[in-house]
This record gives sequence, C-alpha cells and structure tokens, in this order.
Amino acid sequence: MSGERKRHVIPGEVITSGSYRAEQNTIQVGDNIVSTIVGLSDVHDGSVRVIPLTGGYLPKDDDLVIGKISSHSSLSWTADINSCYVGMLPASDVFGRDYSSSSDDMTAKLAKGDLIAARIVNADMTRDPLITISGRELGKIDSGELVKISPNKVPRLIGKRGSMIQMIESSTNSQVTIGQNGLLVVSSEDPNGLLKAIQAIELIEEQAHVANLTDQVNEMLESKSE
Amino acid sequence: MGGRDTDIVLLDENGIRCDGRKVNETRKVTIKAGVLKNANGSAYIEFGDNKILVGVYGPRDVHPKHMSDTDTGILRCRYHMAPFSVGERKNPAPSRREVEISKVIKEALEPAVMLKEFPRTAVDVYMEVLQADGGTRCAALTGASVALADAGIPMRDLVAGCAAGKAADAVILDVNNEEDQAGQADLPIGYMPNLKKITLLQLDGVLTPEEYKQCIEIGIDGCNQVYEIQKKALQDKFFGSGEKQ
Repeated sequence: MSGERKRHVIPGEVITSGSYRAEQNTIQVGDNIVSTIVGLSDVHDGSVRVIPLTGGYLPKDDDLVIGKISSHSSLSWTADINSCYVGMLPASDVFGRDYSSSSDDMTAKLAKGDLIAARIVNADMTRDPLITISGRELGKIDSGELVKISPNKVPRLIGKRGSMIQMIESSTNSQVTIGQNGLLVVSSEDPNGLLKAIQAIELIEEQAHVANLTDQVNEMLESKSE
Repeated sequence: MGGRDTDIVLLDENGIRCDGRKVNETRKVTIKAGVLKNANGSAYIEFGDNKILVGVYGPRDVHPKHMSDTDTGILRCRYHMAPFSVGERKNPAPSRREVEISKVIKEALEPAVMLKEFPRTAVDVYMEVLQADGGTRCAALTGASVALADAGIPMRDLVAGCAAGKAADAVILDVNNEEDQAGQADLPIGYMPNLKKITLLQLDGVLTPEEYKQCIEIGIDGCNQVYEIQKKALQDKFFGSGEKQ
C-alpha cells in the first residue's frame, strides 16, 4: 500500500482531494473524493476506494457463490444467493443444449432446497444474475455444514493470498467452500475438526475489525487441539 | 398561526426558554445505531423528549411488483406514531399528517441515497415514534439517515434535521412542543452538511424575510450540531472497539 493508511469513514466524509480516481464506494464531489458508505478508506496508486463494513451482497461477474434452489420454471431454476437479486440457473446449463422441457425432469437433478456452488456468469443488473454450475468445483453440494457470515467479511476470512483460510483448513483437517455472498460450506471427516473450523469462522466474523487476527485465530485453533 | 393564548412563558426576560434553553440551543440529542437485530439497519434517536426507532430493510424485492423501477431502486418511507406517543391515545391508523410526513421525509432522503446501483429493488424505512414532543419529523429524518448508513445503503451524505422557528417574537432553534403550539412559526430543515444542501424545508407560520434568513442560518447551524452526533453514533457502532487495521 502506498500513500496514506486506512481510515475509518462514513457516508459524506471527504477522504482526500486532488487528482485521484474515485473507485468502489466513493464519488467525486468537486475536487474531493467522498465516501458513500461506512468503511475503511484505501488510497492506492492514485485511486481511492472504501472497503465496506456493512451492507448486503451485490452479484459481480465471476464470483463464486453458494445458493439454495428456491423454485424452478420449465426453463430455469432460481436460487437464493443471499442478495437482493435471485440467481437464474438455466436448465440448458445442466442438461446441455438439447434440453427439452417435456422429456427432462428438472427436479431429478436439482430440487427445491438443494445447495449449489455456482459462478456468476452475467450480472448486469438489467435482469436477474445468470449463474452456472458447470465448471471445476461447481455443482450440487451434497454434504457439509452451511455457515452464514456477513459478505463484507469474506475477504478477511480468506486473508492475504488465502493465508487465513489455508491455516484453518490445514489445522482442522477440513475443507471450506467460500461463496463471495457470505455463505460457506464446511466439510470434514473429523467432527471435532468441523466444529473447530466453524468456531474459527465465527471468531473471524466477530473480530473482523481487529488487527493481527491471524495470531488470535491461530491461538484458538492450537489451544483446543490437545 | 398567530400563537395561542397560554400561561406558559415562552421566553423570559433573561432570554431563557420554557424548557431552560437559550434561543440558539438545541435539545439534547442521543443516537444509537444498530439497535435492531432483524432489520438490515437501524437507529434509535432521542431528540429532547422525542423517542424514535428506525428500521431499514433492503435493498430487497419490490412488492407489489408494479412499483419497481427498472432503472433504479426505490425508497419507501413510513412515519408512524405509536398510540402511546402522545398525551391522548392516537389512533394507530395512518393519519393525514403521517402520510404527509412520510412523503416529505422520503423526499428529503432521496437526494442523499444512491439507489441507481440497485435497479428493481426497494429500500424500506420504517420510523416509529414512541414518544413525541415537537419536531418529530426532523428527529425521524435524522434517525433514518443513520439507519440507512447502518444498512450499508450508499449515500452521498448523511441528512441531518433540525427545526428553527419563532416564538415570543424571537427567532429560536429546535422548536419544542410548547413552542410549536403557542409559538408563531416553525421551520423544519433537512440538510446535507458536507454537500451544504437543503433537502427539507417547510414553514408553518409567518416570518419576515429577515427572520426567515435568520431561521435558515441558525437552523443549518443546528443541523451541523446534529450531524456531529450522527457521525459519533456511526463511529461508535463500527469503530468503537478494537484497533485499527
């Protein structure tokens, strides 16, 4: 990070002025760059953004999300992706191009209440975001524990280059699928490991604003490993 | 509104008002953000003896569907007074006055919120007046903008509300219930302090052009004071504990 350190800002607060690019969650008012949200300001390489501390999930292209099938029509499923928009999963995505609504039974593949790991294909906001489950690590989720955290705390859970989540996974012997929408699926062979991984995630959710969180989580993971 | 006959001395010879304030002094304002678990954002505000609870939901699906706008999100506000908020029981059905206040608060918040980012959705703001003592529209507006920020709705600025007015021939700041009933004028102001823009301006009563100018001036000053408290409420909730990253 170059330039100023991160600062707590609220909507309307001037972050900086001068020739900067106003990026995520900021607007330009005259010469000033103003925050539009409660969060941490980040001035970096001539651009300014604010990392939000509150708010819901807005679908972005290529995001991995975890969704729950809420209903289906003859051509597509809709999935609750923990957002103000529902995910649209076209039937042709699952059955292939020669899908026919008369011969293929959609509920045989995905029924109401099923969990899926999906990727957002198109989120242009003019219609509901299109999602896909074809791809590596995507598809129906059969086992694991669903954990919900605030979508804003997902980057904190992942950590720098995945450091935090790798630490949790390796020390609890579990696998965590992280959806950018704040839904996670934790699975493990070892029930104790599963519980500990969930506790660690809950700790991160609670303490997301604290510095040196990694040490704290590490301590917690080790303390109960005897 | 020529002022009703009452026994109350609105302004004594020392320039002290009926509740002990000076002419340019606001009542004590306290705000707490994030008080409700089930709403996406919330705030509780005490503005003197006014007590108001605000809950914000959204952005979320619009029902009925025909209200949704494909270009932008919509803002819906409901200002409501609890039956026990005033001396004599208030009928809980929305009155003409409540419909009006809901509308003006919605219009006062609209310049601040940036709903273009959420087309086809709605943001709902519910303001519940638990106790009323004059100036509830400003207090509700102030609380609503804190609750919106708490919900993470992008906003150009917070909106602070404070009324100015005239009682006993003097220009006063933050009109209370007695001054509203027996005074000569009431001028509620909604103001975006960083953008320096007025979003709500109503006038009940008669003011000379000079008095009007004075009212605007001290009203904006009052809004700036209220803004500092709004700011503190949000800082306390989000940055209150723990170290900075």
